[in-house]
Amino acid sequence: MSQFDFLQPKSRQIEIEQFDDRILTYVLEREQSFLTCISCGGCTATCSAGNLTSFNVRKIGLSLRRGNINDLSDEVQKCMFCGKCTLVCPRDINIRNVVLLIKKGIAQLETEKTL
Amino acid sequence: MEALLHRKIFRKNPVLGYMHMSLAFGWFLLIVVGHLETMIAEHSLFVPFHKAVFFRYYEGFDEFFLSGLFSFLMDFLLLFVLSGLMFAIVKRFRKKLFGLRRTTHLKSGDKIALTSLWLIFPLRLLAESTSAAVYHNGGFLTSGVGAAIDFIGNPAIFYYPLWMAYSLSLGFFFVALPNSRYMHIPTEVVFIFLRVAGIRLKKQNDSYTDVQVFSCSRCGICLDKCQLSVAGIDDSQSVYLLKNIRNKNLSDEKLFNCLMCGRCQVDCPVGIETIELRTVQRIESTREYNSSYDYLIQEVATKADVVYFAGCMTHLTPRVISSMKKIFATAEEDVWFMDEVKAPCCGRPLMLAGQYEAARKLIENNSRMILDSGAHTLVVSCPICYKVFKEDYKLPDVEVVFHAQYIYDLIHSGKLSVDTSNQRMVYHDPCELGRGMGMYETPRKLLGRIGEVVHMKDEKEYAFCCGGSLGNLKISEDKRKLLRDQALVTYEGFSPDILVTACPKCKKTFAAGRKLKVFDLAEIVAGAICVDSLSKEKEILEKQEADCYAVEGL
Amino acid sequence: MIDKKHIAIIGGGIAGQEAASVLTGLGYKVTILEKNERMGGMLNKWSKLFPDFSSSQLVLDAVKVATDKNLNVICNADIFSVQKENGRFKLSDNSSLDVYADAVIMSTGYNLFDATLKEEYGYGVFENVITSADFEKVHKSGEKLTTADGKAPRRVAFIHCVGSRDAKTGNTYCSKVCCITGVKQAIEVTQMWPECEVFNFYMDLRLYGSKYDALYLEAQKHHKIQFIRGRLSEVSERQGKELQLKAEDTLQGRPLRMKTDIVVLLIGMEACKQNEDLCRDNALELDENRFFKSKNIYNHRNSSTQSGVFLAGSCICPMSVNESLESARSAAMLVDKSLKVQER
Repeated sequence: MSQFDFLQPKSRQIEIEQFDDRILTYVLEREQSFLTCISCGGCTATCSAGNLTSFNVRKIGLSLRRGNINDLSDEVQKCMFCGKCTLVCPRDINIRNVVLLIKKGIAQLETEKTL
Repeated sequence: MEALLHRKIFRKNPVLGYMHMSLAFGWFLLIVVGHLETMIAEHSLFVPFHKAVFFRYYEGFDEFFLSGLFSFLMDFLLLFVLSGLMFAIVKRFRKKLFGLRRTTHLKSGDKIALTSLWLIFPLRLLAESTSAAVYHNGGFLTSGVGAAIDFIGNPAIFYYPLWMAYSLSLGFFFVALPNSRYMHIPTEVVFIFLRVAGIRLKKQNDSYTDVQVFSCSRCGICLDKCQLSVAGIDDSQSVYLLKNIRNKNLSDEKLFNCLMCGRCQVDCPVGIETIELRTVQRIESTREYNSSYDYLIQEVATKADVVYFAGCMTHLTPRVISSMKKIFATAEEDVWFMDEVKAPCCGRPLMLAGQYEAARKLIENNSRMILDSGAHTLVVSCPICYKVFKEDYKLPDVEVVFHAQYIYDLIHSGKLSVDTSNQRMVYHDPCELGRGMGMYETPRKLLGRIGEVVHMKDEKEYAFCCGGSLGNLKISEDKRKLLRDQALVTYEGFSPDILVTACPKCKKTFAAGRKLKVFDLAEIVAGAICVDSLSKEKEILEKQEADCYAVEGL
Repeated sequence: MIDKKHIAIIGGGIAGQEAASVLTGLGYKVTILEKNERMGGMLNKWSKLFPDFSSSQLVLDAVKVATDKNLNVICNADIFSVQKENGRFKLSDNSSLDVYADAVIMSTGYNLFDATLKEEYGYGVFENVITSADFEKVHKSGEKLTTADGKAPRRVAFIHCVGSRDAKTGNTYCSKVCCITGVKQAIEVTQMWPECEVFNFYMDLRLYGSKYDALYLEAQKHHKIQFIRGRLSEVSERQGKELQLKAEDTLQGRPLRMKTDIVVLLIGMEACKQNEDLCRDNALELDENRFFKSKNIYNHRNSSTQSGVFLAGSCICPMSVNESLESARSAAMLVDKSLKVQER
């Protein structure tokens, strides 16, 4: 039946109950500064990788906070760790560490299926 | 010999140096001289090892060749070791007397080894003294102490128990040794030998990393050098890193909580490559998730003589970029500004995060661009980029030059002339440029042509980190500010007119501290460029030729 | 006994002057100590006021205290010490000036954020990057805003939150008035150059005051000003001194690059550096943003942590012109009240 998935399109609504917060919890335990994001977009604007491909640091953080971790795995690979985002962040968020933790969290999730 | 003497500790702290030397070198001589003594006494080249160690136990009333000299020598060496031991005991309880603010915490294996080590020599003294009392011989020390024992009671009663206690403490020490920090005694010899032979760490864990890890005596000298303690971080320093590797309980939180500034490595008496070791651990820790960056495409390069790569950080310090542009224009150089609009990162920040394989992809992409340009020189104004371009890029026929050197050469060859002023400048050595690449003099010589560079105590290899280091992925911004202010307050103490550095990251970090006006050296040069008549230029050229001799070393 | 009491006011801006006129009206002897050559403070730099474009000169003229036998104005007096001596306050400056007073009002105002500290925005590097204060200067001169080489701008970008709500500059608070200033100045640009496109880059639009939203509405409706939600990350210069901005259009979720002729940085308010000196010899305290700390921010907004010293205007926190005037009047009433209590 899986090939007929399109017949049952995903709900347009955001289902709060279905948030997958495993990686969010993993990141927050280790980097609390992540909580203070106001989605100003300064990080995305300055991003060296975002200059070369469709990569959006701010959205990575947003997906994480909203428990939307399906797309994270591919997206987070694009980061070059240059640190510009961290240097412009008006909220002093340690973004580089957040990305490192997401990468680590996903790798652990894939190997162990638990965190 | 280096392992026994440790000249480096002497330079930093003579008392500590004496302590180590008396214990290590004294004990070593005690063994060697004792062995010689036994050989002579036994008239044999081959004597059992235990005979030498417990020589006085086997010794009887017989006199032998030079026995008087030997017993004097042995007593003197024992006293030498005991004096060191006394320092060691005082140090353990009163570390401040030794100029150490922090020492390492001991674990149980260390405690057993430490106690037995402390007991070995006093017990040996007592045991040998009782022998001396029994046989009425011994040197100046043992005979004296022997006489005292004789005075207290019959030395024959103490004789066996004391020799037994001495041999037990010796035994305990060697049993505890592999599980304690004294493992450095055998390992260090191997390490120093390998190091002198030119063996370096590879980018993965192997037996040489183990050798380095076990060579650490946990003396704690690196603790005092580490700036992180200013921010209350006291569990991730090099000595703990090595301990955690040894005990296989290194967490990411500790592994990545390090500025990678290299201050600890400068003073390590054993010469352990603390930064490289940590890099290797970071590589191992992140091996599973290196990125492929398959979105990178080959852009078309512009043909030019010189390629300028500003780097990611420099795009947030436009004053550096406009200064470089002014310098290039004045010197009429044919320059292609490679990352003016876009370019991948140099790869160094990835390496600092342990992602060497991922960094390779960026390096490949950038290398092709640079080579396609046909340039003979690559100029970089960021030390973070400079380090990776110089060490990890393979760019045949392209000279990688740091902007300080490049500008200096332009002035030297007369393509650029600068006015002098009487500005007093403090020059901050960026970690990646100074300790990272060993470039200390060029920026100072360049700035010295324009103003006065203030000489400071903590400079060059002892320079502070600004606190902004990309090497640390864990530290919070608030804590970074504490490190920054420590450096800034020190620099303020020299009341300079301005603070000059050569790294965009240091510059931004210090500027946010708002205590001093901060400039990159390119800005200083661009501000001092004189656009004047040919005659003055000629005059300067002549002056430069005269100066040439003064700066031959460059 | 009121006429014998003497009140010193540190700072002769609009708040200081407003407080002085209330107090002289009540019969007190008042001395205003102004560090600059002339009175009026920061408002001297402003041309038109939000939200109704009245001239700042009107306010300056209105607060000017009528010459009164009880009023003494001392300019060029840079007070650096306030000490309590025998129940009175002794105020000293760097020269030999000493003033004794029964009560003190602090109306030291604010400093403008030094935009060169935000180096990535290019102020002081690129000629076509200016601040909101620079814009007011142009407006006040009656000239039109032009690029550095005198051309009419085809596009102008206003950048909100420069030196406000930014941990990297050490100012995590909101300066409150820059958003509405940005809207006002954006309208003024289109009034100068009707063909010019104007963009405002903001993180959050905080138009908190009465009639401020009407101005926002007007900006959208009549002046076609575009508001883009995204923080500017950096400015660079292209050929012909044209500027290029980098920001994210966060509502589209994509990075945005824009060429523009002029960038106007809406710089925030900072506490005066002298505040630290003024706290040294007494119980005055500064808050976490280096403004003067109130005894409590609800009932005692105008009382400092030192009894007998009162606070007026934007030395408490960033304030608009009318808030500053209101604050000054309540500080004056509080001084009156506390001196009368002392009297009894």
